Amino acid sequence: MILPAVAVSGFALLPIAYLLVRASEAGGDRIFELLWRERTLTLALRSLWLAGSVTFACIVIGVLLAFLVTRTDLPGRRIWTVVAVLPLAVPSYVAAYTWIAAVPGLAGYWGSLLVLTACTYPYVFLVVAALLLSTDAGLEDVARSLGRSRLRTFFTVTLPQVRPAIAAGGLLVALYVLSDFGAVSLMRYDVFTRVIFTSYRSSFDRTPAAVLGLVLVVITVAITVAEARSRGRLEQARVGGGVARSVPPLRLTRAQRAAGVAFAGAVAAIAVGFPLVSLGYWVARAAEGSFDVARLTSAAVSTLTVSLLAGAATVVLALPVGILAARESRPWARATEHAAYAAHALPGLVVALAMVFIGIRVVPSLYLETPLLVATYVVLFLPLAVGSVRASVALSTPRLEETASSLGLGPGRVFAQVTLPLAAPGVAAGAALVVLTCMKELPATLLLRPTGMDTLATELWTLTFVPAYGEAAPYAALLVLLAAIPTVLLTRTFWPERSAR
Amino acid sequence: MNTRHPALLGSALAALVMLTACGGDSDSEAGATEENPVVIYSGRAEELVGPLLTQLEEAVGAPVEVRYADSAELAAQLLEEGDRTEADVFFSQDAGALGALARADMLSELPASVTDRVDPAYVDPDGRWVATSARARVVIYNQDSAPEVTEFTGIDDILSADYAGQIGYAPTNASFQSFVTALRVIRGEEAAEEWLTEFAALEPVAYEKNSLVLEAVDRGEVALGLVNHYYWFAMAQEVGAEEMTAQVHYLNADDPGALINVAGVGVVSGSEQAAEAEAVAAFLVSDEAQQFFADETAEYAVVEGISSEVHDVGNLADLTGASIDLNDLDSLAETQAMLEKVGLI
Repeated sequence: MILPAVAVSGFALLPIAYLLVRASEAGGDRIFELLWRERTLTLALRSLWLAGSVTFACIVIGVLLAFLVTRTDLPGRRIWTVVAVLPLAVPSYVAAYTWIAAVPGLAGYWGSLLVLTACTYPYVFLVVAALLLSTDAGLEDVARSLGRSRLRTFFTVTLPQVRPAIAAGGLLVALYVLSDFGAVSLMRYDVFTRVIFTSYRSSFDRTPAAVLGLVLVVITVAITVAEARSRGRLEQARVGGGVARSVPPLRLTRAQRAAGVAFAGAVAAIAVGFPLVSLGYWVARAAEGSFDVARLTSAAVSTLTVSLLAGAATVVLALPVGILAARESRPWARATEHAAYAAHALPGLVVALAMVFIGIRVVPSLYLETPLLVATYVVLFLPLAVGSVRASVALSTPRLEETASSLGLGPGRVFAQVTLPLAAPGVAAGAALVVLTCMKELPATLLLRPTGMDTLATELWTLTFVPAYGEAAPYAALLVLLAAIPTVLLTRTFWPERSAR
Repeated sequence: MNTRHPALLGSALAALVMLTACGGDSDSEAGATEENPVVIYSGRAEELVGPLLTQLEEAVGAPVEVRYADSAELAAQLLEEGDRTEADVFFSQDAGALGALARADMLSELPASVTDRVDPAYVDPDGRWVATSARARVVIYNQDSAPEVTEFTGIDDILSADYAGQIGYAPTNASFQSFVTALRVIRGEEAAEEWLTEFAALEPVAYEKNSLVLEAVDRGEVALGLVNHYYWFAMAQEVGAEEMTAQVHYLNADDPGALINVAGVGVVSGSEQAAEAEAVAAFLVSDEAQQFFADETAEYAVVEGISSEVHDVGNLADLTGASIDLNDLDSLAETQAMLEKVGLI
């Protein structure tokens, strides 16, 4: 497990190696001058502030929704679960576009906060809901029976139990916000990624971009280390056998039910309803003209092909890292996990250029071919799968594997018969998450796709990103619909069968 | 628990190899039965290149492959690829990206048969790229609220207290920044900063895009705007020039506010199909392609004798006065530093 995990983490560090090569071309003075500019500092602080506020909003919304659908008798919980995850299918640049087209006044901080929160709170919701479903509600029962109020039980028992999940989801949200350029540029909110893009676009100089990219890496490492600390050394596994005790859900009063439904409904309306209705309206208008069905189909097929390949490759590579992260707490194991996350806040363009630089030199025969594009997706989205795998494995106690070993199973069979089945839900969730994220990816796809291949996202780019002007609308709509499939599957990976009905 | 297990690494690698193989297969189906196509990296939109592709392949006598992305991103990609690149031709939205590649010795000298077709003002002095179309900076004015703009000869005329809060512009747009660079190159750093400071004191209204500036002037939100000429002609074609309150005014040709910038093409040095690549460049400055660009975009053709049959833009030759070497427009970093300093971005 160790060798593969280290190898995979090394692979994930490739973009950083590239940034170091590029940044080393600048002398110390130049680096200092780049970093010590008022604008660089202002925008770095602004990015952190945006990431912090989006993460906070996502945690509030994600935890509340997760609690509502897993611990209460909210009507239609199964459907609300699916709806709550659906915003993941909406690319943040499409969501930003629909909002800015309808409400131009939203431009700026508030618009960015709205769109990024709406698009990323499912990261928190997913992990928290999954954890709430798989942990024993007995503890909460005890607290209640001993006379604690519901509210106090929530804050003193439930919340501490899901704290690691909140941290894991919040980490993904924060890193997403730091790396995002599409939504904030549509919202005309200048953040740190803007400095990086300006460096490429106006001075055609890759050195400052590399130095600034490394700043993002440093911030990322700081955040992931903090997250790991907050996760603590708590063992989350239950020692008892059998399934987690299923308890009757909390009964809500009529007013509470109404409030719960209104809350879930409002979130859904903002995060999914509004973008979908806008797209639907534009598609209907565009349908009067004509669009090229063959072109749409071929883009959809390419999108599915590369995304599925990337999903498969990413989970295979994430397995050793995720398992190790769940089973080992020694510093070097932590380091392996952090390495997988280190490049996750880099904008797609930076990672793509790193893969251009490395790809054409190391594997020229694969350059601008599908495998290199898939490898780039792996580098970009590895943390999504590592997180899922780790969370799954961490739910079971390592005693299981130790027992299997002591009963004479070789390490290979322990892995195949014990660890892998334990990791299975995480593998499935990770794969779904990576597939749907790849579908939406644009900058790396644009630079690394095989010549002549177009995905739905690149077609959307070609058609100038303006769904309102008709031609682009069907591509945006189909992209959301296709991405909705793995999104819905995602909820199935953790929702236990017993509550299927 | 230490499961040191090389078999997993093996299986992971096997899976990767398998994926690789799959990927390779689907490519060879989709892609090239054609041998060795000429590869164009195009920062210009597919709707501008796609319709010409058949004629282009005919003219070149070889299959042509085009990769589309933003000019700046493609320039960065080409710089990273270095001499290993498969690209034969770079077709750019603006001169800046071509200049960056030329500086990195990544463009080879074009044959005289190509460079001679184009007005020398819009050819790289070392012949490494040629313009394929040109656009002029203009002043757009609302004819009800600012009819006097027709009298303007240079950008200093807009520095009047009358226009406080009445000027629309797009500060983050590349074309506005090119204008500021031209201002610096023509007048020097000090004078340029002085102009920008006075301009900023008028509290001009920032828009995200040139087209939004034009719409704002047309609605009367602001009295005048600084944009590229073709936005006005595109809108005029759509709604009819007589329906528009916004009108277009050209400043004197030697004024920085009348800067002419270009899209252009260069052949990547070390191309294994240099002859075909040069044929691509030759085709893009052919009468046929020039006519298409002028009709499609309302930009100016750069070849003498060609003018748009769709848009009434006139001829580039009539605008050309004392212009500057477009390679000098590459100091955008300094421009942005100055814009930051005076508080415009």
